[in-house]
Amino acid sequence: MGGWAIAVHGGAGVDPNLPKERQEEAKRLLTRCLHIGISALRSNLPAIDVVELVVRELETDPLFNSGRGSALTEKGTVEMEASIMDGPKRRCGAVSGLTTVKNPVSLARLVMDKTPHSYLAFAGAEEFARKQGVELVDNDYFITEDNVGMLKLAKEANSILFDYRIPTLGTCGGGAAMESPIQMNGLPISVYAPETVGCVVVDKEGRCAAATSTGGLMNKMTGRIGDSPLIGSGTYACDLVGVSCTGEGEAIIRSTLAREVAAVMEYKGLSLHEAVDYVIKYRLDEGKAGLIAVSKNGEVACGFNTTGMFRGCATEDGFMEVGVW
Amino acid sequence: MGWAIAIHGGAGDIPLSLPPEKRLPREAGLRRCLDVGIAALKSRNHPLDVVELVVRELENHPNFNAGKGSVLTTTGTVEMEACIMDGKTMKCGAVSGVSTVVNAISLARLVMEKTPHIYLAFDGAEAFAREQGLETVEMSHFITPENIERLKQAQEADRVQIDYTQPIQKEAPKDAALADGDSQIGTVGCVAVDNEGNLATATSTGGLVNKMVGRIGDTPVIGAGTYANYLCAVSATGRGEAIIRGTVARDVAAVMEFKGISLKEAAAYVIDRVPQGTAGLIAVSSTGEIAMPFNTTGMFRACATEDGYSEIAIWDSPSK
Repeated sequence: MGGWAIAVHGGAGVDPNLPKERQEEAKRLLTRCLHIGISALRSNLPAIDVVELVVRELETDPLFNSGRGSALTEKGTVEMEASIMDGPKRRCGAVSGLTTVKNPVSLARLVMDKTPHSYLAFAGAEEFARKQGVELVDNDYFITEDNVGMLKLAKEANSILFDYRIPTLGTCGGGAAMESPIQMNGLPISVYAPETVGCVVVDKEGRCAAATSTGGLMNKMTGRIGDSPLIGSGTYACDLVGVSCTGEGEAIIRSTLAREVAAVMEYKGLSLHEAVDYVIKYRLDEGKAGLIAVSKNGEVACGFNTTGMFRGCATEDGFMEVGVW
Repeated sequence: MGWAIAIHGGAGDIPLSLPPEKRLPREAGLRRCLDVGIAALKSRNHPLDVVELVVRELENHPNFNAGKGSVLTTTGTVEMEACIMDGKTMKCGAVSGVSTVVNAISLARLVMEKTPHIYLAFDGAEAFAREQGLETVEMSHFITPENIERLKQAQEADRVQIDYTQPIQKEAPKDAALADGDSQIGTVGCVAVDNEGNLATATSTGGLVNKMVGRIGDTPVIGAGTYANYLCAVSATGRGEAIIRGTVARDVAAVMEFKGISLKEAAAYVIDRVPQGTAGLIAVSSTGEIAMPFNTTGMFRACATEDGYSEIAIWDSPSK
C-alpha cells in the first residue's frame, strides 16, 4: 500500500468487431500515456500536474474522442469539454463549448487556478482562453476524416452513434453486436458516447487528482453538455479517491457516478475495489458506462458494464496493464 | 402522510437590518408562490408540474435572482440557468447561458422531455427554445435598476480592492453587493412531494453578480445545486463554487441512504461541511419531511404541509 498509482482511459463501449490494428493502435497510445505519467510521477510532479499532462497527450492524439479527433456536432463542428479536480482541497475547473482551444483540459486547469469560478463555457470560455494566451487553432484542426464519415453514418441512421463503427463497411456488423437503439429520455435513439479520455493519479504524498476530456456525443445538438465537465458526474477527486468516467453521458449524470464512488467509500467504508464494483453494478440501472479510479493508498481500479473499455494502469511497485476487453 | 412543499428565494448575507421596502415585497412574493404551489398540490398535480409552476412564478418576480431580476454579468448582460429533476424516474433537464427565454425552468423541462440530452447551453439552448416556440423577449426585459446598481457597486468594490489590501465589506453600504460579488439575493428553487411519495426539484438563477461571461454555477450541475431521487428532492443556493465542490444536493440523499439518518439530520450535516456563509438548501423527503438549513446570515424561504402548517422566514432557525 502507498506509493503512486495512475490509470488512463480512452472510453467505455468498444465494438467487438473492431479491427485488430485499431486495438493495437489504441493500446500503444495508452501505453505511451502511461509512460508519460510514470515519468512525471518519478520526477515528483504532484498528481494534479500529472493528470493534466497525460490528458493533454490524449487530446493531442487524434485517436480518441477529445481535442483533435473529437466527435462532431449535428452541424459538423467540434465543441469540446473537460474538467479537472484536485483532491486535497477539492479545487476544480471545467470548460464546455470550446471550439478553438487546442487543449481543453489545460483551460479547465486555468479556470481552477486563475478565476474565482469553477466552470466557464462557450464564448466566455473562449474569451478567457484568448486573454490567457493559450494555444488556439481553427475548428478544422480538430476534425478528422474518420469522424466526418461517422457523422454521415449517424445522420443516415438518424441516431446517436458510438465510435469505432467501421466507416467503410457500411454494414451494421459492429452495431448489431451491441444493443439495438436504446431509449434515452424517452426517445428512441441508440445511446453510445464516442470515446472520452481521462486520467486519475495518486502521487507519493497520497494526493489524488482526476481529469476528463471529450468532444461529446456524435451528432449531438449544438450546445449539448455531457457528463465530462460536470463535477461529481464525469470527474471527481477528494482526499480519498480520484475518479474519471466514460460512457453514456446522460446515465453518468443521473447517477452522479464519479461522486458515487467516493461517497460509498466515505459513508459505507468500502475499499476502492468494492466501491467501484458496487457503483458499476448497482448505480447505473439501464445505463452503460465505465470508470477508472485511484485511492490515496496507492490502489488503482477500473470497472465497466460495457463491452470493453480502453484503459491502462500502473502502480509504483512495477505493476502495469493495458487492456481493451 | 400528505404532500409537502418548500421554496427558497436565495441564501446569502441578508442583513438583519434589511429595510421593509426590500423585505416586504420578497415576503409577499414567497407567500404568493407558496400559495400557487399549495393550490397545485391540492389539485393533485404531479410534483414535477408543481415545482415548474412555482419556479416560473419566482422567475417572473423581479425581486429574486432568477428570470426577471437576474443579477448581471461583468458586461451587464443576463445569463440565466435552470435545472429540474424528477425523483422517481431520475430524469432531469438543465440549461445555461439563456438570455432571452422568459422562463428558463420551462426550457430545462423541455430539454428533459423533448431531447435525448440533459443539458443544453448558450446558443444551442436559445435555438432550441425558439424551435419549441417558448416565449422569448429582449434581454432588457430581465434587467432591473436594482441589479444595474448591484453590478456598479460590485465593480467599484473590485476596483477599490485592487488599490487597497483590506477587505471592502466593512465599508460597503449595507444594502450593496459585497466585494466578492455576493449579494442578499441568491437563486430560486422549489421542492415538492405528493402523498404518493413522488418527488421533484427545480432551481433557477441569474448566477453571481459581476460573474465572468460564460460562468456556470451550481444550479444546472446535477448533484451540486439540484438533485432528486427516491429518497428526497433538494435545491441549493449560495456560493456556486462551494456547492459544486461539495456536491451538496447529491450528498443530502447519499448521507440519508448511507448513514440511515433523517432528512433534517442529513441536510444539516451537509450544510455544516460547506464553508460558513456559503450555502443553504431546501429539501423534502418521500415521507413528507421538510428541511431548510443554511449557514449564511439568512435564506428567503417558505414551506407548507398538507396538515395545514406553513411558514415564511428569512433569518432564524438555521436547523429548519
